[in-house]
Amino acid sequence: MPNSSDPHDPAPDQDLGAPAAPYALDRRRFVGYVLGGATLVAAADLVLVEAPPASAEIPTAPQVPELYDLNDMLTDAARPTANLITVTINADGTASFELPRAEVGQGITTSTAMLIAEELDLPLEKVTVTLAPARPELLFNQLTGGSNTTISTYTPIRVAAAVARLALLEAAAIVLGDTVGGLVAKGGVITAGDGSSVTYGELAAKAAVSGDRAVEVELKSEADFTLVGRPTNRVDAVAAVTGAKDFTTDLDVAGALPTMVCRAPTLNGTPVSVRNEAAVEAMPGVTHVSQVSTGVAVRAETFGQCIDAVRALDVAWKAGPVAGESDATILRKLRAAQLPMPALPSTPLTQTVSGDFTFYFRSNSAMDTNSAIADVRPDGATIWAGLKSPIVAQQQIALRLGMAPDKVKVNVVTAGGSFGRRLFFDAALEAAEISQKMAAPVKLMWHRADDARVGRGHPMGTCRVQATVLGNEVLAFNQSLTCVETDFRHGLGEIITAAGADLPAGVGNLGFAETIFALTQEVPYDFGAVVQTLVETDDRFNTGSMRNIYSPDVRVAGELVVDKLAAKMRMDPYQFRRKFQRNPRLLAVLDTVAQAGEWGRSMPAGTAQGIAIHKEYKGVSACLVEIDTRPATTGRQIRNAVTGPRVTRVTFAIDVGLAVNPRGLEAQMQGGINDGIALALTSSLHLRDGHFLEASWDNYFYTRQWNTPPDVRVIVMPSEETVPGGAGEAGVAATFAAVACAYARATGTMPTTFPINHGQLSFEPKPFTPPIPQSPTDGLELTS
Amino acid sequence: MPEQTFIVNGNRVTVDVEDDVRLLWVLRDRLGITGPKYGCGINVCKACTSHINGKAFNPCAVPVGQLGADDEVTTIEGLPDQVEPAQRGDHGLHPMQEAWLDRDVAQCGYCQPGQIMAAVALVNRVSAEGGTITDADLDTIRNICRCGTYTRIREAIRDGAERM
Repeated sequence: MPNSSDPHDPAPDQDLGAPAAPYALDRRRFVGYVLGGATLVAAADLVLVEAPPASAEIPTAPQVPELYDLNDMLTDAARPTANLITVTINADGTASFELPRAEVGQGITTSTAMLIAEELDLPLEKVTVTLAPARPELLFNQLTGGSNTTISTYTPIRVAAAVARLALLEAAAIVLGDTVGGLVAKGGVITAGDGSSVTYGELAAKAAVSGDRAVEVELKSEADFTLVGRPTNRVDAVAAVTGAKDFTTDLDVAGALPTMVCRAPTLNGTPVSVRNEAAVEAMPGVTHVSQVSTGVAVRAETFGQCIDAVRALDVAWKAGPVAGESDATILRKLRAAQLPMPALPSTPLTQTVSGDFTFYFRSNSAMDTNSAIADVRPDGATIWAGLKSPIVAQQQIALRLGMAPDKVKVNVVTAGGSFGRRLFFDAALEAAEISQKMAAPVKLMWHRADDARVGRGHPMGTCRVQATVLGNEVLAFNQSLTCVETDFRHGLGEIITAAGADLPAGVGNLGFAETIFALTQEVPYDFGAVVQTLVETDDRFNTGSMRNIYSPDVRVAGELVVDKLAAKMRMDPYQFRRKFQRNPRLLAVLDTVAQAGEWGRSMPAGTAQGIAIHKEYKGVSACLVEIDTRPATTGRQIRNAVTGPRVTRVTFAIDVGLAVNPRGLEAQMQGGINDGIALALTSSLHLRDGHFLEASWDNYFYTRQWNTPPDVRVIVMPSEETVPGGAGEAGVAATFAAVACAYARATGTMPTTFPINHGQLSFEPKPFTPPIPQSPTDGLELTS
Repeated sequence: MPEQTFIVNGNRVTVDVEDDVRLLWVLRDRLGITGPKYGCGINVCKACTSHINGKAFNPCAVPVGQLGADDEVTTIEGLPDQVEPAQRGDHGLHPMQEAWLDRDVAQCGYCQPGQIMAAVALVNRVSAEGGTITDADLDTIRNICRCGTYTRIREAIRDGAERM
């Protein structure tokens, strides 16, 4: 299980004899710590990098919650080394590290292990990276989001590893009777000039010290990297392909029996009473039935018996806050909330090019549904879940349970996908409440229908664009996004900023939203006066930061209008982008996809290419796709499926700066490509009469094998940059935009609603009472 | 409570559980065999894909009472034993698993046991019909991967087919 915890916090009264905060000496020289203990523990401060700009924009905290007050926070913050991250050298010669981030498939345990192996000159297989439990002392530094993990941890992790390496060399110098300068460390063995040697494992205890001490280290030069930058397979791949990789519902926690929740027929409806509690409690395998804030929870020997019990429950419900609402009514509200577009210069010679686009609700829908294990006792609680903001999860769970935060242990489990979903901790909070109410450990799992209908997703919105053209120049470019609120109430991962985001009347969350919008959105072209605005309007839905947050919609609207501008100027879309882009790295990725993807090649009628660019997460990307909209393709008949137009070929180039693991980066782009295709063509939620209709993977049409391009090429560009950018989300926006542009060119009609098939419902909705479907019984007739 | 007896990964097991409990939950919640994953419970996502008597099936859609004492269920945990030791690769695994490793297919990994079990059955079926894997064959796979690893899955299946 990936959650053993030993944070090596030193006693608070230890005198370090060193500055409380390490400081950067020059680009590669840093101060870190050797911490006291029985084996070698090396540490670095997580704030060794420049603080992310978002932290300067935090809304002022309105009040301090009762159970975790300012004194608690100051005590945590004052402990001089409590906020350090540590690399431990073990007696068997391995190194271990607890990463204060969540692995959800993006490959950060692999890239982190590579950084440590590189700096320690240790084989990759001798580095073990696990996920740290919630560590409140890390404050803002335990949030996995914004594609920020590698950007923010690249230097601190290397410093911690470099401190360990130096301590090992110093210990070896004594053992081998040589100077540090005369020693060579390689493969976990340190060799002296006379050929004598000692292993890291033998040195682990000898290099340990009784008190903490600060040391100055020099990081390896990027030019000397032998592992970082080399395509490397994932460290968890064998576990994944053998079924040994454990997700939350795979964990065997004593007494934690399967638990599910019966939910209201309307979105976020609440239970009033249960009419047949005793009858359901008497069903086979059922141990508990409890009414909780979100529904009626059942606990049973198997999840199958939970499904039976949920379906048997007869519950009186209070309707949810969007009862009666549908896509059409929400769209009317969005239209009413739109700000007037700024006036554009009007002269006899200027012309206006505009676009008005609608984007429907989408689900981030990880394969591993919301799940959590909770064991709540009168004197404390333990939680296990895939959590990207575990500190605020711990704090909010403590509030819900009426316990002090230090009585709530929150373990972070590797998750089966996130796409933003696990920034929130809905299942962990719900499981804690259920466990407390039942006075029994629970293994809570959301049904797929719950996940689609009640889970979080990307809000619906409109995006309007207008540009002013004079001759062959663009004088102005205005873009205005109006959407249902994106929930940022996880704050920056701890309760202070989360409370700031939860200020009344949406003021706090809107401040966050505006900040994130302002910090992520840009128009990557020289278009004169550029204005981008965001209006958020409705806080009744379960939303959150879905992979790439605002960018997919903003960039689709922008790039479709860019194609219109090119047409207005009678320019080729690729040449137009070449002319107006304003970044040499962008130009390089654009030229690369145009060449590798054979831009402009002759294509049959009904098929076309589309091209788009994007800049975010300190990286740049370009995508060229080919789409087939001919009837023979769109008319393909596949059982319970959406076929429609098919993207047949994708050429994608990314310059992410230093690519720690190019193979992992390529994988993230391939995934983002499939997301972009889904957003453009097939995947959305339909709101009708107060609930989302989708309840199955054959309703919510994420890209499937029959939709995925048979020909995908991802090019990882050599980069001038020496530091890494973000990878997890960078593949989505340019792909979505390129697919939309290709579709417009293939059909001769610019699409204005997304996904393009949203207008027709391609499935028979499942019932809302009972809220989840029964499992079929015909599996033995369907073998293949 | 009825006793259910069948063979799983080469071992005959007996479990006390009602006839109508779907095999997925018997495997996961009662026997602790967690390779087959839950993704929908209605035979759509295919994350629980395993083999019964050598053919792909989805245990979420099979009441355990339908199994006989000699029915052989193979989950991802038992896949390596389906080939002779000499056929196993560097990691001691089935050729399809080895192809998966060489292509570094998995991202979050949640759907991957089901993907691999579906891939092995597909290759067996196509090769029994005397063919080789085509794009059209790959397009028939219904297993969902929300991480979007489809590109590498397609490469790995072609690779694995050659090794099988």
